[in-house]
Amino acid sequence: MKNTMNLEFSSLSSNESFARVTVAAFVSQLDPTMDELTEIKTVVSEAVTNSIIHGYNNQLDQKIHISCTLNDDVVELEIRDEGIGIDNIEEAKQPLYTSKPELERSGMGFTIMENFMDKVEINSAPGHGTTVKLIKHFKKSKTLCN
Amino acid sequence: MSLSVQLTTKEDVLLVRLVGELDHHAAENLKQEMQTAMREKNAKHVILNLESLSFMDSSGLGVILGRYKEVKQSGGEMVVCSISPAVKRLFDMSGLFKIIRLEESEEFALLSLGVAS
Repeated sequence: MKNTMNLEFSSLSSNESFARVTVAAFVSQLDPTMDELTEIKTVVSEAVTNSIIHGYNNQLDQKIHISCTLNDDVVELEIRDEGIGIDNIEEAKQPLYTSKPELERSGMGFTIMENFMDKVEINSAPGHGTTVKLIKHFKKSKTLCN
Repeated sequence: MSLSVQLTTKEDVLLVRLVGELDHHAAENLKQEMQTAMREKNAKHVILNLESLSFMDSSGLGVILGRYKEVKQSGGEMVVCSISPAVKRLFDMSGLFKIIRLEESEEFALLSLGVAS
């Protein structure tokens, strides 16, 4: 059965931990491994941080939306902002590329998302915000019934 | 859920123990605390003990790389120790171990910098 959760919160950096912990609590229903849970927390942290720093240029009064769907062993996450959008998505995805080196960004955000998830889809256009869609299949339960 | 930064100096080494979660929110404060301590204690090298770091994302990589550059600039070395598999995975992914040395424990890290613990 499909199970959904929606979250909307202010673009404050203090909400980064709130967002990843909340999503982790929701997906815990699928009984993931510790590694899988860490991967989910990390990608949520990456996408929300991108929205705050890049999408909203650190404006504090904007909104970030997360929707999460659990379907059997599949987690589908959508993290959306209505910020400035991404000019060149291919460039943004390059490992170590950052548009803000002065802020000590590592440029590893999208690389980590691609490594930790089965599928990463970025929908963005300048002036129209960014939606990152992330999909992950959890490995089937550790106990097998023969 | 926040990050606690414990700073100690041993000879010319600044020992930084991180407890909690290192994300973008915590990174700015860590940067400032480390910069101030390096200046005030006149430290040359840095050891980052990540034993009690329960979470880190790419913002952590960024702030560590930033400190590495400063330490290197003044002729020092940065050593990371007691890293968890999850955090190590991010270091591996970003290639940070090509420039930052990894030691198993704080004791080994200190020894490698010529300080007896």
